[in-house]
Amino acid sequence: MIAVHLPILQVVLPLIAAPLCVLFRARDLPWAIAAVATWTAFAISGLLLAQVYSVGVISYEIGDWAPPWGIEYRIDALNAFVLLVVSGVSAAVILFGRDSMLAEFGRSREYLFYTAYLLTFCGLLGVTITGDAFNLFVFLEISSLGTYVLIASGNNRRALLASYQYLILGTIGATFIVIGVGFLYAMTGTLNMVDLAGRVQAYGANTTIVVAFTFLVVGASLKLALFPLHLWLPAAYTYAPSMVSAFLAATATKVGLYVLVRFVFTIFGPEFSFVTLSLGLPLAILALVGMFVTSTVAIFQNDVKRMLAFSSVAQIGYMVLGISIHTMLGVAAGLMHLFNHALMKGALFCAVGCIVYRVGSSRLDAFAGAGRRMPWTMAAFCTGGISLIGLPLTAGFVGKWYLVLALIDRGWWPLAVLVVLSSMLAVIYIWRVVEVAYFRDPLPEAGPVEEAPLSLLLPTWALAFANIWFGIETSLNVNGAFAAAESILGGFGS
Amino acid sequence: MALTDAIAAHFNYWIVIILMMTGFYLVIAHPNKINKLIGLTIFQTSVFILYISFAYVRGATAPIIVEGWDDYVNPLPHVLILTAIVVGIATTAVGLALVVRIHRAFGTIDEDEIQPLLTDP
Repeated sequence: MIAVHLPILQVVLPLIAAPLCVLFRARDLPWAIAAVATWTAFAISGLLLAQVYSVGVISYEIGDWAPPWGIEYRIDALNAFVLLVVSGVSAAVILFGRDSMLAEFGRSREYLFYTAYLLTFCGLLGVTITGDAFNLFVFLEISSLGTYVLIASGNNRRALLASYQYLILGTIGATFIVIGVGFLYAMTGTLNMVDLAGRVQAYGANTTIVVAFTFLVVGASLKLALFPLHLWLPAAYTYAPSMVSAFLAATATKVGLYVLVRFVFTIFGPEFSFVTLSLGLPLAILALVGMFVTSTVAIFQNDVKRMLAFSSVAQIGYMVLGISIHTMLGVAAGLMHLFNHALMKGALFCAVGCIVYRVGSSRLDAFAGAGRRMPWTMAAFCTGGISLIGLPLTAGFVGKWYLVLALIDRGWWPLAVLVVLSSMLAVIYIWRVVEVAYFRDPLPEAGPVEEAPLSLLLPTWALAFANIWFGIETSLNVNGAFAAAESILGGFGS
Repeated sequence: MALTDAIAAHFNYWIVIILMMTGFYLVIAHPNKINKLIGLTIFQTSVFILYISFAYVRGATAPIIVEGWDDYVNPLPHVLILTAIVVGIATTAVGLALVVRIHRAFGTIDEDEIQPLLTDP
């Protein structure tokens, strides 16, 4: 009986848990509430994915109002896949968060932090699960408002500036989405995505529809930090607490990408987006330029968190490049990289969080000697790094392999060469950290440093291990991505 | 004549465009962080007006069944915008809270004055 209501529980449980954190603020209770809510959400998203694979698309009518009048939650192979990524990485990160946040944030306003975390989490899940275009905007703003608070809780006073900058740009992005949705509503009189799809695609290249398309694509690109709209991201990830960086890097931009994919493929349809308006070309160009520019910038960073943040923008380029190919292989490769990148950046940011916990800084100098003094932390960092570069037997390799295949299959083989070349840039920036950690003596003023506690190491290693696991046992990420690509492409491009 | 007619016929859209660009310009160009938020609010408000003016039907009444009326104004955009207003207020509130903390941390809310203070790593 309760299984019927899983779609709404997925969103409502974190939402209910959020105020509970404010009510029960005794020692560690807020964290425990957040952890239970996150793990329950993880379990629910697993059940939903299994249900989608066995019986197909799930449609849930909120309050029993039939769509298209009521709000519908609609779960297909695409958003079930994204839900699992978001809740899965969050489940590891929340365990990491307890001690990491105690060290970086303290206990005094802990309950407010976890309230903001749960609201962000609820918003991200809501964006992903909803089948209503305006509801998507509301959830997007819930997650964004939570994110601003999470970023501002960093210790460095620059976190405030980073959060403010993201608030400005994020609100502009979200407002663009409202404008786009408004134009679509003016043309069609509906907000339900499936209903919209049929009506919008019947119009063809109508001016209002094209304007709506433009606003929605630009708005979503701001949210997913597509180069050159990524300016909010590096500062936000650098100055946020370590747990927040891991959480956001693995979830927020992924949901942004999902929003783009949902609008472009489900509502406007691949035929309109890629044939009539040839969106593929600008996306591919921005993705490629972004990959090279931000990877190069990453090489010159002296703060490892900042380096990983720039690397995130570059990795978003791979996902967008996959989408821009708009073939079955290409879209699947992009979505696969979405899954894999969440694991890599989760592991990498958690490993940096371990260093911050022991040494108190994420600057490159702080890593000196960490190879010997914190061997497990650095091993996890290296595993994440290898996956990021895309060496065989890691998840990163699988994604890039399919991306290169898709490019060759499409006849864009020079781009395939560029993808491999840009991966070399990742070798350089990861190597800089490895070199400092393993071959340089620790700074004299650093004092004695020991390995991070198990409460941090275990979640970090869970994510690092997942990178290896999904590089070998690829049925979930590869088949999941293909099922998702099939669900949104239909018969297009095959 | 044709031009003035075109402007008059789409008068609501011109208002929206002017407001939107005013707000957007403030956000981009003004160094003061509170003025930026004011710009952001104007920018969002222009979208609210866009939605509300979509819904308006000339010579129609509120969507309550009344004898003698056949045309009704669409109530849905109003409801959507009520939600959007709440979201907008929340955003402004968080933004202003951040500005207060920025003022405490830096002693100023002017971007040009904050920039030279950012010498620490």
